[in-house]
Amino acid sequence: MPSKPQRVELVLETLLESIALAEEVGVCMAATVGFNEDDQYKIGLSVHEGVMNAFQYGNEQQREKKIRVVFELLQEKLVVRVVDQGCCFQLEDVPDPRSEANLMGDSGRGVLLMKAFMDEFAVEVAQGGGAEVVMAKRYPAPVRTPGSGRVKASKAVRKKRQG
Amino acid sequence: MSFQTSSREAGGVTVLDLEGRITLGEGSALLREIIRRQLSGGHTKILINLAGIIYMDSSGLGELVSGYRAVKGQGGEMKLVNLNKKVSDLLQITKLYTVFDIHNNEAEAVASFGANS
Repeated sequence: MPSKPQRVELVLETLLESIALAEEVGVCMAATVGFNEDDQYKIGLSVHEGVMNAFQYGNEQQREKKIRVVFELLQEKLVVRVVDQGCCFQLEDVPDPRSEANLMGDSGRGVLLMKAFMDEFAVEVAQGGGAEVVMAKRYPAPVRTPGSGRVKASKAVRKKRQG
Repeated sequence: MSFQTSSREAGGVTVLDLEGRITLGEGSALLREIIRRQLSGGHTKILINLAGIIYMDSSGLGELVSGYRAVKGQGGEMKLVNLNKKVSDLLQITKLYTVFDIHNNEAEAVASFGANS
């Protein structure tokens, strides 16, 4: 975890390529603070889904509209904000794709995956009236070696220190 | 790795071998096109081999559902084989494992088409 909060902000065009770019940055940020590969994948996919949502539904694929993605490394968690310039949506209006009626439908799976893969998930109204998807994942607990009480750094953190 | 696909026949079943990523714009549209092409060629027993899929998003899941609906609509069957852990987890979370007939090995999957027809 960082000694003091850090923040990275991306302002992206509404393009397909922006989805992969934001995801890549998300994975890098997650690796930096010691998330393991599985969590890096989950964070990356959540960023991917958040930006894809902004691309498709928020900004309706209008290139001139911007997608803002903010990564914040706080004391105890990584926070990701994805802001679009469309109309905000209410989380309760998103269908549950697991229900019998929606299982064969086309919507709701992206939100479901973000909720499943992150520890916190919310949708707020952004300043410009668009949607602001806010999600967070708590940092992994340090691994303690049995009996010693010593804290063992995770593999990702050790790699970073060495490299 | 971008999305790639090839098709072959095994025991009267069309096997679609998929590789790479199935995401919005990358593999989703191509997967839709391939399934439609098989259906228009009269191939209604389709086995999707996901062994080479390294990544899938909600758009890819949606495309599998859409393909399944299209195949069913023509009286056919579409099944899945060789899911890796990531894809398997996505199907668990979204409950799509209750929709698809999923197999771990191809021979068993191909034989299951015969058993149901």
